[in-house]
Amino acid sequence: MTGKTIDIALDTRAESAAPARIALTRREWLKGTGILIGTLAVSSSLAMFAPSRVWALELKHLDTHQGAVLLAMTKQLYPHKTLDDAVYALAVKDLDAKAQHDAAVRKQLADGVKALDQKAPAGDWTKQSAEAQASDVAALAGTPFFETVRGTAVVSIYSSTLAYQHFGYGASEGDGGYLFKGFNHLAWLPEPPAEDSGPVPAA
Amino acid sequence: MATTQGSTRFSLDDHNVVVIIGSGAGGGTLANELAQKGIDVVVLEAGAHNTPADFKTEEWDAFHLLSWLDPRTASGSWRVARDFPHLPAWICKTVGGTTTHWAGASLRIQPHEFKARTTYGAIDGATLLDWPVTREELDPYYDRAEKKMGVTRTNGWPGLPGNNNFKVMFAGATKVGYSRCNTGHMAINSVNRDDRSHCYQRGFCFQGCRFSAKWSTLYTELPKAQATGHMELRPHSHVARIEHDAHGKVNAVLYYDAKGKLQRQRARVVAVAGNSIETPRLLLASASSRYPNGLANSSDQVGRNYMRHTTGSVYATFENKVEMFKGTTMAGIIEDEARFDPKRGFAGGYHMETISLGLPFYAAFLNPGAWGADFAHAMDAYPYTAGMWIVGEDMPRANNRITLNHDVKDQFGLPVANVNFDDHPNDEAMREHGFKQGTAVYEAAGAKTVYRVPPYPSTHNLGTARMSARAEDGVCNRFGQTHDIANLFISDGSQFTTGAGENPTLTIVTLAIRQADYIAGQMSKREI
Repeated sequence: MTGKTIDIALDTRAESAAPARIALTRREWLKGTGILIGTLAVSSSLAMFAPSRVWALELKHLDTHQGAVLLAMTKQLYPHKTLDDAVYALAVKDLDAKAQHDAAVRKQLADGVKALDQKAPAGDWTKQSAEAQASDVAALAGTPFFETVRGTAVVSIYSSTLAYQHFGYGASEGDGGYLFKGFNHLAWLPEPPAEDSGPVPAA
Repeated sequence: MATTQGSTRFSLDDHNVVVIIGSGAGGGTLANELAQKGIDVVVLEAGAHNTPADFKTEEWDAFHLLSWLDPRTASGSWRVARDFPHLPAWICKTVGGTTTHWAGASLRIQPHEFKARTTYGAIDGATLLDWPVTREELDPYYDRAEKKMGVTRTNGWPGLPGNNNFKVMFAGATKVGYSRCNTGHMAINSVNRDDRSHCYQRGFCFQGCRFSAKWSTLYTELPKAQATGHMELRPHSHVARIEHDAHGKVNAVLYYDAKGKLQRQRARVVAVAGNSIETPRLLLASASSRYPNGLANSSDQVGRNYMRHTTGSVYATFENKVEMFKGTTMAGIIEDEARFDPKRGFAGGYHMETISLGLPFYAAFLNPGAWGADFAHAMDAYPYTAGMWIVGEDMPRANNRITLNHDVKDQFGLPVANVNFDDHPNDEAMREHGFKQGTAVYEAAGAKTVYRVPPYPSTHNLGTARMSARAEDGVCNRFGQTHDIANLFISDGSQFTTGAGENPTLTIVTLAIRQADYIAGQMSKREI
């Protein structure tokens, strides 16, 4: 199974010693300037599916604080109560990649994070209350910084294997077809008459 | 039957070949029909030769593999120009063209729709015309197209079994009193036939059918044409210009090959089938001192009357699961609103057809640009969601048109196409009616929340080199032969005089079959 954005893969070094970890990037190749680390909630729909509850994302061009602010911002943009931070982190990962390829984006993100921090009393927007974060994000709507984050996040968040598990989309599970796997299993409505539907081909 | 590169090769200097530009529904079908008659054909396809083994389950991966992503621009008051300013159309650049991506709905245009101007009367701000052909004349060719494509509920082939999304549509349609709702006429095998499998209900119709159950020229017309030894397929061949001789007849096609090198293929006949944006772009870009407004454009109609069907989607969430992504994308059709009935407040009719999007495209298209709690709430309900697409006749308009945008260049330095479109009040009235009826259908089935979803980038692009009885009203005659240049043909949906309320592919194929007979006749009489 492959996802567009990331591969869920065991960190191979973890097999022997440390607990397994979801490698969101290939850390051995990167000299990241920042790192985001999180833990899947015990109740998460992903916990059963992921090789480990611990996830880590290393950043190439964003520092840890910038990553944390952008993660908090994407959570305000697409607020799903039970969606794990690991999925939002994919948006930060893609923003980091865009920053890598485009200096203008790098500056836009740095300036945007700085501006958000300035709105927070202690200069750290991640410490801002959820209500204040929501109104801060709403105030940014339509700005280029906002559009960069929103336009990236709406693709990253909903186009990953993690998201497919969470939201209940079959994705590549359907590659062999649903003919014998429930394409017509809906039973809460009457069956259409045969003349308006058609015969299921024999197995 | 697998498509291969084939072994037949024609020389660039061979001036007896028919050159077809595009390998989709129009070009691919025309190529096979001509090759079967022993006529030598070179098909120039701008895209790569992807096969079903290359098709992707990931929506964005499939989109990047198959779509025409060369730059285009959009203008006008339509919402697509705002939501997708660089992607006015969602059509394909790959061998097989948009027949890799289409959903398979295969409906005949209704008799009265061929007489739109007569039936609807004069409508302000619209350039309606009657087609120079009738349904009666086309019926024998529709028969051939349905047989070729394996259209369900024709020729004794059963309908496809309805999936969950269809069950929701059917339950609602029945409750609101509609009587014409079923799993439709689909060019998707409901039984094994034509050396291809029946449908396995994957649900990735828009991303290419890995089982080849859905008709596409990629694995039907094109390999069959190659097998005759009379057709050469050249992928990665981006046509830049059509040339003509001193008598004004077209005689060669200039194209960039896979290495970006300009090649000149000589031609006896040229048939343009690049879809309704690239076809007029190419005719306009081929302007010369003899044809200063572009080829076949003495009427100034090339690029005008661009139609894209009045569309919109209705998605609704339910208490129980639907899982619309399981099974065929267009799994059911309601035909009741396709009738002519001006009492509804608009001319023309529309169909309601189930549609489904995977999670990534549902997020991208539900309400482009949206964010926040309401959007997140809609996404949370994804597996409980059913969907339908409204597809109806839109009005041709003189200023809904394709022009060359000289300010933006493509990878070859050629001016790109600009797509300008303003919704006609008739389109808006029809869309509103469709939204209301679609909502009623889903509410009758127990919907909790209903979402009206704005049009996607255009998939049905029509009318930009239209057929007309009189040369001054259009670009080509009833056989797709241009009024101005006898050996230059239009072979795609650009020919459509009006849009009608049906998905266009079946009619494009029908016209291509008929055109092949005509071209063969004209060639044997040495008229062209």
